[in-house]
Amino acid sequence: MKRFALILMLLASPLAAVQPDEVLDDPALEARARELSKGLRCLVCRNESIDESNASLARDLRILVRDRLLAGDTDAEAVAFIVDRYGEYVLLKPDNSGANWLLWGAGPLMLLLAGGAGMIYLRGRSKAAAPGDTPLSAEEQARLDDILKE
Amino acid sequence: MERGQPAPYNHGMTTELGHFALILAFAVAIVQMIVPLIGAHKRWPGWMAVAEPAAGAQFVLTALSFGALTWAFVVSDFSLNVVVANSHSAKPMLYKISGTWGNHEGSMLLWVLIVTLFGAMAAWFGGGLPPTLRARVLAVQSAIAVAFFAFIIFTSNPFLRLEVPPFDGQDLNPLLQDPGLAFHPPFLYLGYVGLSMAFSFAVAALIEGRVDAAWGRWVRPWTLAAWIFLTIGIALGSWWAYYELGWGGFWFWDPVENASFMPWLLAAALLHSAIVVEKRESLKSWTILLAILAFGFSLIGTFIVRSGLLTSVHAFANDPERGVFILAIMAFFMGGALVLFTLRAGAMEAKGVFGLVSRESALVVNNLLLAVACFVVFVGTMWPLLAEMFFDRKLSVGPPFFNAAFTPFMVALGLILPVGSVLPWKRARISRAMWPLRYVFVLALAVGGLAFVMQTGRSMLGPMGLFLGAWLVSGTVVELMQRTGRGDNRLGRLRRLPRADWGKAVAHGGLGVTMAGIAGLTAWTVDDIRVAQIGQPFDVGSYTLTLTDVQELRGPNYLSTTGFVTLSKDGSEIAQMTPEKRFYPVAQMPTTEAAIDYNLLRDVYVVIGDQQDNGGWTVRTYIKPMTNWIWIGCALMALGGLLSLSDRRFRVAAGARKFSAVPAE
Repeated sequence: MKRFALILMLLASPLAAVQPDEVLDDPALEARARELSKGLRCLVCRNESIDESNASLARDLRILVRDRLLAGDTDAEAVAFIVDRYGEYVLLKPDNSGANWLLWGAGPLMLLLAGGAGMIYLRGRSKAAAPGDTPLSAEEQARLDDILKE
Repeated sequence: MERGQPAPYNHGMTTELGHFALILAFAVAIVQMIVPLIGAHKRWPGWMAVAEPAAGAQFVLTALSFGALTWAFVVSDFSLNVVVANSHSAKPMLYKISGTWGNHEGSMLLWVLIVTLFGAMAAWFGGGLPPTLRARVLAVQSAIAVAFFAFIIFTSNPFLRLEVPPFDGQDLNPLLQDPGLAFHPPFLYLGYVGLSMAFSFAVAALIEGRVDAAWGRWVRPWTLAAWIFLTIGIALGSWWAYYELGWGGFWFWDPVENASFMPWLLAAALLHSAIVVEKRESLKSWTILLAILAFGFSLIGTFIVRSGLLTSVHAFANDPERGVFILAIMAFFMGGALVLFTLRAGAMEAKGVFGLVSRESALVVNNLLLAVACFVVFVGTMWPLLAEMFFDRKLSVGPPFFNAAFTPFMVALGLILPVGSVLPWKRARISRAMWPLRYVFVLALAVGGLAFVMQTGRSMLGPMGLFLGAWLVSGTVVELMQRTGRGDNRLGRLRRLPRADWGKAVAHGGLGVTMAGIAGLTAWTVDDIRVAQIGQPFDVGSYTLTLTDVQELRGPNYLSTTGFVTLSKDGSEIAQMTPEKRFYPVAQMPTTEAAIDYNLLRDVYVVIGDQQDNGGWTVRTYIKPMTNWIWIGCALMALGGLLSLSDRRFRVAAGARKFSAVPAE
């Protein structure tokens, strides 16, 4: 419960996210920094990017991202710099290396699989019989006979 | 009882009666789980007839038990452990009541209350069902109740007492003290648990060994009701996150959000495939499987939330014993149902025959996209766990992944929807069906194009969203007009269209509105962060804001730092806004209360932060275009569902009409 309260405090503390003193003078650089921050995870929070988080660690990371950009890093270099130090856990969008292809491929593969199965089913349905020659079931036949007799 | 007084003795009786009623309901549920099932097997009417009064009794007993717990919260009975941990005598009455389900034990009691409520409704309104099917449905529903009664009584009993009651409680988490969130869990649970009804019908049909059009008609209202509740519950939660968490996000792809979103996707698929069963007697085994899986995802959702396995801001419980119990429940019901499915599904012979291009095929594609989208969310949610267990990698899967991997399926769904919904049943010609949509397509292109021209150098997301929104909304209008045929008095005929047609149109239009809103908000939000000096105006977008004053104020159970902000445009004042940061002393927790100026075209969203050394205050301002479209769209979807639910054929089906092998209409 204590940890939960701590998480909530970090989440809900009024001094949310990016502070005015962090903002870079160059709007283009700042925009890039914001974009990168949205893809980096706040390590002490749950499912929050450093752009949204108000933990002090997130603030440090935001400043680090801006420092790297000021030093002339490209976006990829700045991210790589942070991943080198904090591990791939900081990436909110996992890369597609190694087993991660399973994650990224899950949707397309499943779509192919299900699409294939669906196609076979639909073809089967459309070939099963021409319209009108579906035979009546025994029940229906009996009912039809009843009606005709009346 | 006066406020602020602990009341351990004079309410003791109510609490004990509630506890007793819970145990009695458990006993009734066990009987209802076994006797009707044997009765249906042996064709003994007396044994089958047990189900109906038992379902009623079970519901009444559980309601009494829940009522007793609510009463304990209302009078602040601090002899109860849950009340101490989640309430406080100074809390407003609304949150005392909502505190009943704002904790693990109470929320599970609400869960099982809803299970029994649905069971009782099936017993009371299920007069038209064949007796064996009804007995089996109620028995399966009761089996679910038994599992959760056992879970509550053995691992999460809300009626546990404290020997020495404390003087006051520890308060409900202040984030949860909000009207939006007070009613978010009950709606979600009505949705989750509503799917248990579809599950019970599916399992009963498998035991019965037959699925026909009538079955499709019976299962659809329950699915529809569950889906409506899920829609409302998810929308409330998302709206709450938007205004309460303080940075105006509306969806975080948090495991707990995903837990409610996956059943929603499958319920949407299920209520479409049940149409095919009802109208065309096809897709039977798939529909059964979907009904099982949809409830399975509800159980997974309950498991994720209640076990804390994928801990998130929402996961309140971190107790492994409870997690294992729910996992066992899940394994039993899913395993059992799927085994039954593999044994019996082969017997579900499809009758309807249809061409490759037809309404049936379109609904198959709808199901495909929704199910695969749900699978993507599932894999993304579980991947951090799987990667750590099997590949020894500690990684995160966050919003950027879901936005990239999930969105294409929804775009595809939006693109095919208007086409699919005008295709005729059985056999269609695509060119002929699409011809009336040509103006719609041009209109949607124009709207998207306009958005593209008006924005400069940004992503395609906004124009794409507006295109889809226009395509869906105007597509439904054209479809409705088509239904009225030609000639005079089309307006009159439009009014007399079946409610189901109106429901379909409103819900599909709502989806378009929501899609446009999400795209607009995501693509075109403007934000501004600064230190504002009191009395000095500043510009954000085309608006001017002035922080006129900051005051320390006092609320019923919190302290507040309130900023007073004047919002104006072109020199004229639009609104006075009061962003707050609050501090709840009992829970020792701060919260943010954003000030929002709502508008159909945009929200202006202001958050106040801390005072800076130079005397100014940190102020965060966001201009969020089209935000309210998201929830208006959700409301339309729910309304569409309601219209559909009130359609004549369901009322007829639910009524006393006797079962016949040949469905009417």
